[in-house]
Amino acid sequence: MLKFIDEYRDKGLCADIAEKIKAISKKRLKIMEVCGGHTMAIRKNGIHKLIGDNIKLISGPGCPVCVTSIEDIDLVLALSRIESVVICTFGDLFNVPGTGSVTLDKQRAEGADIRIVYSVKDVIEFAKAERKKKFVFISIGFETTAPTVAAAIVQADRDGLDNFYILPLNKTMPRALKAILEDSRTDIDGLICPGHVSTIAGTDMYNFIVDKLRIPCCVTGFEPSDILTSIYILTELAETSQAKLVNAYKRAVRAQGNEKALRIMEKVFKPSDAKWRGLGNIPESGLMLKDEYSRFDALNTFNIEKVVSMSEKECICGDILRGAKVPSDCKLFKDICTPSDPRGACMVSSEGSCAAAHRYGD
Amino acid sequence: MCWSVPGKILDIKENIATVEISGLKKDVGLDIIDDPKVGEYVIVHAGYAIQKVDEESANFTIDFFKGKHNNA
Amino acid sequence: MSKITLAHGSGGTLTQELIESVFFKFLGNKFLSKNDDSAILPGEAANIAFTTDSFVIKPFFFPGGDIGKLSICGTVNDLAVNGATPKYISCGFILEEGLDIEDLRKIVESMAHCAKVAGVDIVCGDTKVVEKNGVDSIFINTSGIGVLRDGVHLSVDNISVGDKVIVTGNLGDHGIAVLSKRKGLEFESESISDCAPLNHMLKTLTDSVEGVKFMRDATRGGVATTLNEIVKHKDFGIMIEEEKVPVLDSVRSACELLGLDPLYIANEGKALIIIDKKCEAKALEILGSNEYGRNAASIGEITQDNQDMVCLRTPLGATRVLGLLSADPIPRIC
Repeated sequence: MLKFIDEYRDKGLCADIAEKIKAISKKRLKIMEVCGGHTMAIRKNGIHKLIGDNIKLISGPGCPVCVTSIEDIDLVLALSRIESVVICTFGDLFNVPGTGSVTLDKQRAEGADIRIVYSVKDVIEFAKAERKKKFVFISIGFETTAPTVAAAIVQADRDGLDNFYILPLNKTMPRALKAILEDSRTDIDGLICPGHVSTIAGTDMYNFIVDKLRIPCCVTGFEPSDILTSIYILTELAETSQAKLVNAYKRAVRAQGNEKALRIMEKVFKPSDAKWRGLGNIPESGLMLKDEYSRFDALNTFNIEKVVSMSEKECICGDILRGAKVPSDCKLFKDICTPSDPRGACMVSSEGSCAAAHRYGD
Repeated sequence: MCWSVPGKILDIKENIATVEISGLKKDVGLDIIDDPKVGEYVIVHAGYAIQKVDEESANFTIDFFKGKHNNA
Repeated sequence: MSKITLAHGSGGTLTQELIESVFFKFLGNKFLSKNDDSAILPGEAANIAFTTDSFVIKPFFFPGGDIGKLSICGTVNDLAVNGATPKYISCGFILEEGLDIEDLRKIVESMAHCAKVAGVDIVCGDTKVVEKNGVDSIFINTSGIGVLRDGVHLSVDNISVGDKVIVTGNLGDHGIAVLSKRKGLEFESESISDCAPLNHMLKTLTDSVEGVKFMRDATRGGVATTLNEIVKHKDFGIMIEEEKVPVLDSVRSACELLGLDPLYIANEGKALIIIDKKCEAKALEILGSNEYGRNAASIGEITQDNQDMVCLRTPLGATRVLGLLSADPIPRIC
């Protein structure tokens, strides 16, 4: 029995909530989630098949691997080709292709030192143990992960580490949410808000969605009963034309977020513009190191070769990430774009919409 | 980017907690949470505890639907 | 001398000393002690099964086993799942200069013990030593010969709609045990590799039950990968009931931590058995009474629908595809 996990997977509880959803579901509704973890959980549990035909679940751009631009992937790959640089990355990035279908996996086969890590802490340990090498941590992720990297930078600074660097590719949700939801092509009736991003950042960022856009929002956990409860809450609100923000993940999310984590993030990082694959440049949606920590920035340290980045022409990931189209609408889906040869954002990560649709089928 | 798992703090040494997830033990960083205590449950993400589990809110779903039933 | 050097691979006195003090000491039998260039084996009046496998696992000592034990079990099981009685094993070692001889001794002793349990003889072998960084410490190749038993004809062609899918025990133990020791991921786990020779258990099964259609050991890529191999280009599908899949909490918690799916995690002591549904209950009884078959479970069946696909019914009742992964499952945080 896994505590605080199995209780929320209870079959009977989930079946009961699914029935309740179907009982109140009268209008045709579109509910979007913007977290790769939610995309996976919905597909893995088949939640979209349990809630009746009126509610359509749409995946927005919540997977930080998917939204990492091809230019940034090419940057990572170029870094990996520098002698004496050791690339440390989360496993999620290992098979993501850059221009010309080059991946970190392939670079490793060519002799690059590339290590998969579970935590940025592991990179600090490597750096302390192997002083002659230069360790670069590829820092991807949203607000959930950024504070962990900030903490590692503070530690590296305190310990006087001179062979630890990060490539700052973290992104933040608020501006991206604004860009997607205020786009006239986006048309949704409810938003399943990210769980662990909210754990760190709190729930204020969703106020504009409720107040200005009049879309109900529900902060949601990752277990099937969490997601079903949120769908129930959003359905009820949408059916009665109410725009409210509900926190249905109170066990992990406080309205004010994790203030210590936010302070550490603010100590180390400042906002920057960032390019999102499929969505283009979104101002102040990225994080860069503050001047006092800029010596840890791999971009300031290494002479990285320039690559001309080229993405696939017929890819409609932008439309899919906005929720305007689904994977099966894409000409490339399953034909030439597959998990083993991904051509666009939504197929590259195991939790992108196209990857999830391909893996779990329909 | 959310993959996290809840675990129980068994032991704290300086800034590192040994967290247990049903028999599995992993050392995690406590750099980004306030005042962690042995015996408390925390959410673990990428090697760090990112928040304490609010055990009082653990039954939100059951309470939510019970509330509906009572109000019906 | 405590470390392997290039001289140990030269064929001279050091090689002879190594063979005597390590390989023959633990593996010695009437075949090996002849020290001929080939082992001469008695003839059999039946079909011969022949298999080979190479083992490169790191770390080479892990909870519940080591590369040596793995090299014997892997080859024994490849023979056993085809309905053959494993008899003779060859082993080739490629050693890296600098390997601790004491580690080699432990590995070879483990192989000897495992061979004894499995009832097989190691009848020939070879050793090469390569320069530092030529291989990663130690690689082992084992080939195995087995004798097909009378009346046992296992084949994927025997499978028909309605047959049941059985796994011989808990899934994912080996993969998680090894992962728990891997640098960069270390965690303390209760998981112990399930590495084990299954030949005696599977022989008892096929001796007692006629309806066994097909067997395969579910190693790399886990049960999900093995099921996909079975169903490829076939005119039947497979439906697995997620709730019936036996997984220990120690594996589940590691999978939760690392974002992995137990169905894709390697096993080294589990067989997948496709069996006539009339024989399902008896098969489970036989397997359950064997030390390597505890927690054997019937997890699914062969279906008319969804041909060429493996599907999974979730505890919530929805079904989804259980496809092939394009690469090894990698711990993720996304």
